[in-house]
Amino acid sequence: MIAIIDYDAGNIRSVEKALESLGAEYRLTRDCAEIAGADKVILPGVGAFGDAMKRLNEYGLVDVIHRVVDRGTPFLGICLGLQVMFERSEESPGVKGLSLLPGEVVRFSGSDGLKVPQIGWNSLSVKSGSRLLKGVYSGSFVYFVHSYYVNAADKNDVIATATYGETADVAVEHGNLFGCQFHPEKSSCIGIKILNNFVNL
Amino acid sequence: MHTIRVIPCLDVDNGRVVKGVNFVDLVDAGDPVEIAAAYDMEGADEVVFLDITASSDGRKTAVELARAVAAKLFIPFTVGGGIRTVEDFRNILREGADKVAVNSAAIRNPDLISEAAAKFGSQCVVVAIDARRCEADYKGPAEDIAPDNNTPRAADTKGGWTIYLNGGRVDTGIDAVEWAKAAERLGAGEILLTSMDKDGTKSGFDNELTRAVADSVGIPVIASGGAGSLEHFASGVKEGHADAVLAASLFHFKELEINEVKRYMQSEGIEVRL
Repeated sequence: MIAIIDYDAGNIRSVEKALESLGAEYRLTRDCAEIAGADKVILPGVGAFGDAMKRLNEYGLVDVIHRVVDRGTPFLGICLGLQVMFERSEESPGVKGLSLLPGEVVRFSGSDGLKVPQIGWNSLSVKSGSRLLKGVYSGSFVYFVHSYYVNAADKNDVIATATYGETADVAVEHGNLFGCQFHPEKSSCIGIKILNNFVNL
Repeated sequence: MHTIRVIPCLDVDNGRVVKGVNFVDLVDAGDPVEIAAAYDMEGADEVVFLDITASSDGRKTAVELARAVAAKLFIPFTVGGGIRTVEDFRNILREGADKVAVNSAAIRNPDLISEAAAKFGSQCVVVAIDARRCEADYKGPAEDIAPDNNTPRAADTKGGWTIYLNGGRVDTGIDAVEWAKAAERLGAGEILLTSMDKDGTKSGFDNELTRAVADSVGIPVIASGGAGSLEHFASGVKEGHADAVLAASLFHFKELEINEVKRYMQSEGIEVRL
């Protein structure tokens, strides 16, 4: 069973439907025992870094997240769920992230007349050997909606980047820890393939 | 790489896809979910669903539509038609839609745009505009139904365009370009701009209208109404300065396939997702 962490993190109906389409069993939950007992955990998220961390703390979910990650349970952060896996964000100065991976979250500069947030399809530059991105190649398009992006401290954790003025780290993998900035549940067959890779780990 | 989007639009009535020519003479032709999934396979970047009769009849079928679509479609989609309140936004977004398009209700109550943008973010607020060119002797709408005195008037701008309410039935006398700018100020994330003069004619987008709006706002503009050939899609971007191009019956009746349109646009030097 896959636990999708429920912390009022915006619309996740599409994530649920995508898992259903893959025949994966999942539960939307904020029950620590249920999350701790799950085979895999997904941390979704839409909104602001500070609000997300506030709710994770309020619901008492930070400890259980560390517990499952330490134990090696496959863990996937999506969009803001990826960002809070890092240490901090320019969006919410002074707020401590989950710090599962070293690095920070910074804002797009909006250079070259690019609009911030980035909303739309962008192509990936993929590092080979990733389990999450197995069968996904450089040049594949995925769907993004974000103003801030991850700048990982250890580039060995980065499995894909995308360029929008700056080059953003948009997918990470470290052991059983995974994350993607884009929305796989909105990225057509490429996105479904990525979710399927996670489901079948 | 920033890509220009190609968007099929499905006009939906009572859960069935229909397409009007100049907003009348509807033809029943299919299940919206299945058709949208086929468009995804053909390379659609997004899909727009418009519940075309809801705005006049007061029906709220859009939520059910969003629910059915989200279960099967894994690309972004917009739902419009009959949206009146922030609660409508909430209900549709909660079902898995990415954006909500408002038209008549935003004209009657512009605060709807700002309230929805504040609650759910600008990225999910699409303001749909139905515009028609003013004749040289245009003197204003038959009846003055504009909501307040602050809304920009078009009666003095000969050669401009005014916007229409209720699926194109009622002229408001409001200037289309000024309304688009107001919508952006209020927090709209995107403009879906339909030329009523061109809709159903297959004679090309109204590139003059699209350009007038696209050059006046900093948010993406989707050109709609009139596409009939591959060239029309490219010129909608090159001459109309559109960020996205939309068509309904052309894709629906397979006169052109989305992949074909995107390949042509690419051959014309336009960046697309292929």
